Amino acid sequence: MVRWLVAAIGLIAMAMPVRATEPIEIGIGYLGRAGVQQTLSLVEQPAENDGIAGARLAVEDNNTTGKFLNQRFNLEEARLKEGEDAAKAATALADRNGFIIADLPPDALLQAADALRDRGTVLLNAGAIDDRLREQDCRANVIHVAPTRSMLADALAQYLVWKQWKRWFLVVGSHEKDKLYADALRRAATRFGAKIVQEKIFEDTGGARRTDSGVTLIQRQMPVFTQQIPAYDVLVAADESEVFASYLPYRTWDPRPVAGSAGLVPTSWDAAQDQWGAVQIQNRFVKLNSRRMTALDMQAWTAARMIGEAASRTNSGDPKKLLAFLKGPDFSVAAFKGTRLTLRDWNLQLRQPILLVDGRMVVSVSPQEGFLHQVSELDTLGVDRPETKCKLQ
Amino acid sequence: MLRRCLLSGTVLWLTAAAPASAFMAYVSNEKGNTVSVIDTDSWTVTKTIKVGQRPRGIEFSRDGKFVMVAVGDDDTIQVIDAKKQEVVDTLPSGPDPELFTQDAAGKIMYVANENDNTVTVIDLEKRARIGDVQVGVEPEGMTISPDGKILINTSETTNMAHFIDTSTRQIVANVLVDARPRFAEFKHDGSELWVSSEIGGTVSIVDPVKHVVTGKVTFNIPGLRSEAIQPVGIGMTKDDKTAFVALGPANRIAVVDAVNHKVIKYLLVGQRVWHMAFTPDEKYLLVTNGVSNDVSVIDVAAQKVIKTIQVGELPWGVTIAPQ
Repeated sequence: MVRWLVAAIGLIAMAMPVRATEPIEIGIGYLGRAGVQQTLSLVEQPAENDGIAGARLAVEDNNTTGKFLNQRFNLEEARLKEGEDAAKAATALADRNGFIIADLPPDALLQAADALRDRGTVLLNAGAIDDRLREQDCRANVIHVAPTRSMLADALAQYLVWKQWKRWFLVVGSHEKDKLYADALRRAATRFGAKIVQEKIFEDTGGARRTDSGVTLIQRQMPVFTQQIPAYDVLVAADESEVFASYLPYRTWDPRPVAGSAGLVPTSWDAAQDQWGAVQIQNRFVKLNSRRMTALDMQAWTAARMIGEAASRTNSGDPKKLLAFLKGPDFSVAAFKGTRLTLRDWNLQLRQPILLVDGRMVVSVSPQEGFLHQVSELDTLGVDRPETKCKLQ
Repeated sequence: MLRRCLLSGTVLWLTAAAPASAFMAYVSNEKGNTVSVIDTDSWTVTKTIKVGQRPRGIEFSRDGKFVMVAVGDDDTIQVIDAKKQEVVDTLPSGPDPELFTQDAAGKIMYVANENDNTVTVIDLEKRARIGDVQVGVEPEGMTISPDGKILINTSETTNMAHFIDTSTRQIVANVLVDARPRFAEFKHDGSELWVSSEIGGTVSIVDPVKHVVTGKVTFNIPGLRSEAIQPVGIGMTKDDKTAFVALGPANRIAVVDAVNHKVIKYLLVGQRVWHMAFTPDEKYLLVTNGVSNDVSVIDVAAQKVIKTIQVGELPWGVTIAPQ
């Protein structure tokens, strides 16, 4: 009884100062890119709120935790207009927010990062997968939550090699980012022992992604495009521009599986992911946003949760303190991937398992068993410390 | 016909001859949608009971007459009659129940509902929902202090152990622990609360009076990456001297000196070990191995694995009839 009383008094004493003070306000800005890319598949067409919807859920989650810690998180959304200066937009957001989650093209992200450099604002890159942002163009005030192209390519390559599908027919789109993805796939093939038996470019000659005349023409084009190729196990497509890859499955001249930008796709998240407690976040997301959760949603959720995690661990809303915690050895975040996610301290890239999905199911999760590493098996995905060109300053 | 008579005669004889020390262990099989019943004398599965979708949390009623199993995807808790060995009733648990606990009298049940950040309070006699407590994101682990005054709930994404006063049903304290806290267990003398953090890879020792983390059990297995060490279930011996911690995909049970919080040894069990239960005489500890579809039996005194029993698909929880 006495112990109980002491405990009760202790509690009241502890609770008093907390009740008396105003909550710590933590502002998170979200800066999205202008326009949404058209996809070949209508069901994959991103929603208007792709990305920000994940940040919204994380802010709700952070606030549920925050009510026990007297912290309040706010989310302010801004979307670049066509031709608008990213530096200006980011600076405006930074006036009210210590953190900015960015879904921007690489050059715009760098402009924003450099504009905010002296303000102490923390940028979390949720959208850009370009390796150069973590390598020669890395910045000390940018944390990368999105995986890199090389992480995605390595994740796919490990599985294809495990499956003994080592002879690849690589088809590359004609746009810059398709070529970058092809570079990452070539690098992955070399690293993990696959062989590219032939490469072909698929020229983007323009044309609409939606037509009333439908599949007739595609059904004639694709088998012809993929014939007379040396013996191969799998067609790997690099088509981030959404020009042709989704037309390939079931239409190749030889009956072969398709992977890369269509068929078996490496991604940070999928609406079908249900392992490691993921059903909980999938349900919460659908309840809040009335649609299913995409990879960009998850990347933004993770970014906002990282801020929440740092705030609860440091009991602070000060961006400098939080950034120091995020960069430090004690940081890790749980994101329904079966393992803790941590930051690579040499370039501030979030280590993460990569899902391999077919549009309906999660087929596998990389790193694959047997790909070993002296520090973390997650570092078998992407550019590792000894190879990095990043000098953080 | 004759053969059947003979067979059932043999079964009868076996049952009659079983020594009084035999216990019945009930194992929930998450993927199989079944509960396996294990006879701890013969160490065999004697019955497989069909239950609802995704059975996980499983516990005997205090009187030993019923087994309650949370079937999350059916949004309910099913009640198995331990004599008939079949489902006889359901409880209004709230959505997606996973783990639950009961008060000492066996009258009140507290259920963690993962989907809506609440703990549901159920009157077991009336089979009625009598209250809710709002907690953190993804409530999971549930336990009650030995004096019955404090209910503990852990929330997996908030990363806290919430202390709830069982009389007022108000949260009186929140203690931050490492990432993804999944399970909580008091020492029998009430002096310490142990909370396992699956993603953090630690067990936090919490002072239940001061509400602070006073120490951590850490694990280090040579040749194994630290990310693979994911503590989940905890079992504490009645003398509070030894604890057993299931380490998930590390495929091991850590035997921990509960006084100095240091690991004594690691016991290799099956793949992705989840939860555990002692036999009432504390001679044996049964642990569920999620991925290898079996249950390992540990001799508690010898600290050795002595047996492996095949059960249903993806075994998750286990409970053993009280004496």
